[in-house]
Amino acid sequence: MRWTLDLRTVVVVLLLVALVSLPVYVELTGSRFLLTLFTRIVILALAAVSLNLILGYGGMMSFGHAAYLGIGGYAVGMLAFEGITSGFVQWPVALLASALFALVIGALSLRTRGVYFIMITLAFAQMAYYIVAGLARYGGDDGLTIQKRSQFFPPLNLSNKIQFYYICLALLFASIYLVRRLVNSCFGMAVHGARSNDTRMRAIGFPTYRYKLICFVIAGTLCGLAGALLANHTDFVSPAMMYWTRSGDLIVMVVLGGMGSIFGPLFGAVALLVLEEVLSGITEYWQIILGPLLLLVVLFARGGIDGLLGKVGQKVNHG
Amino acid sequence: MADLLRVENLAKRFGGIVATDDLTFAIPEGELHAVIGPNGAGKTTLIAQLSGQLVPDSGLIYFAGNDITAVPMHARSALGLARSFQITSLFLDLSVLDNVALAVQACAGHSFHFWRNARHEPELRDPARATLARVGLSARANLTASALSHGEHRQLELAMALASKPRLLLLDEPMAGLGPEESARMVATLRELKKELTILLVEHDMEAVFALADRITVLVYGRMIACGRPEDIRNNTQVRDAYLGEQEAVHG
Repeated sequence: MRWTLDLRTVVVVLLLVALVSLPVYVELTGSRFLLTLFTRIVILALAAVSLNLILGYGGMMSFGHAAYLGIGGYAVGMLAFEGITSGFVQWPVALLASALFALVIGALSLRTRGVYFIMITLAFAQMAYYIVAGLARYGGDDGLTIQKRSQFFPPLNLSNKIQFYYICLALLFASIYLVRRLVNSCFGMAVHGARSNDTRMRAIGFPTYRYKLICFVIAGTLCGLAGALLANHTDFVSPAMMYWTRSGDLIVMVVLGGMGSIFGPLFGAVALLVLEEVLSGITEYWQIILGPLLLLVVLFARGGIDGLLGKVGQKVNHG
Repeated sequence: MADLLRVENLAKRFGGIVATDDLTFAIPEGELHAVIGPNGAGKTTLIAQLSGQLVPDSGLIYFAGNDITAVPMHARSALGLARSFQITSLFLDLSVLDNVALAVQACAGHSFHFWRNARHEPELRDPARATLARVGLSARANLTASALSHGEHRQLELAMALASKPRLLLLDEPMAGLGPEESARMVATLRELKKELTILLVEHDMEAVFALADRITVLVYGRMIACGRPEDIRNNTQVRDAYLGEQEAVHG
């Protein structure tokens, strides 16, 4: 087999190497800020990877994906508040709660299509937001500070910033690999077929509803994991982490990076959050620059950054 | 031979329009049964009800002796009932082989296999390749479905219906939009298929219908006005008045 080096592969490898070696750079320069920023990027990239599974591969335009961030986060926060700090309890509860929420939301919303699906997922996520904001015991609107990060067996220590970064990064890589396996499996083919032509899928004998629902639940569970990580990262949970604008951010990451591509959500998360950081350093009105930039991507680079890399790579190869 | 499909007093209305009007007929195993009629006669509506895409207002559908009126679309396919679509309905973003492999996968039981690469499963790929060979699309297997010509789309449409190993094939205008050469090839393929399958064929191409059909049902405004052997239908004055008379294309 001939190994052709295309631009996309080069960029992916460079990005992965950069992510893995970031703590070394941080240690050398002492730039703690960079580590905090990239831990956040890695966690939100994990959330974007999970959204890409239903949005990019399944064609399910969920506008309530941040709800799982909140549910995963609050599972950790509430348990910590009640004195249960073991990660072996907190994390499974976070995943299970997210899965259950996804099962209920999915079961109801997947009976609708198009705009209605978008509105229903949005409505449910906002409902979760207001419920959490109303929980006076857990800080309500003001949120809840987490005194102690999730406890695992030593030497695993989530309070160690570098260790925590690597845990997040490992989980991100694992989830990217999981999604890659999923979308190429028989299950993934069934979900792809349902996105491409639902009526035909049912005509050849697929109960598409079931496959889409399972896919929806897997994505929600994965995003719940990102929520548990995010709560540990910020040592704080608040309803804001599941507000609808956060769901919008996740969609932007997926679209910007390239829907239905394996590394697209990672590209998108890095690009959006780094851009946000850089632009907000230049001007207070950084969204004025970011907005048109996103518009350009949507108008002229349909496949997002991933598609752009593919196209540019082809041009270079063919002279 | 026993009836594979039996329809009793089937009726379907859309508002004031009667699309299927008290329809009763049976197709014995092994027959190629054509349904003809002018536009708006309710032919596609009939296929939609037989395949489970539409629920009839009243009446019963029996398949191999069992009442399947309430059986959902995907489960009917598992029983051995497959349909092709009048308006080509494919997975345009997947490869030709993927399209057929999905149909094979559908009848290979549930698809809750989350890990192994579906594109490397010989149990799915081999039967899919064999089915493509049957309709003459082997050379196009690795192309994206959207890259095929209209005629090839019709062949792929047929291949996908065949891949589920059906007992009864519901074909909704397989020749629609085909040129004379492509039509001839499709007729030849159907002639082969009819040796081993029961087929319900809805078609406008009268030449093809009279060349292939064992029996013909004529629908007008959802109502059956005649049902019989091709030569009986050709000589039926009511049919001539209602339908065939206005078509010069009937080759006697």
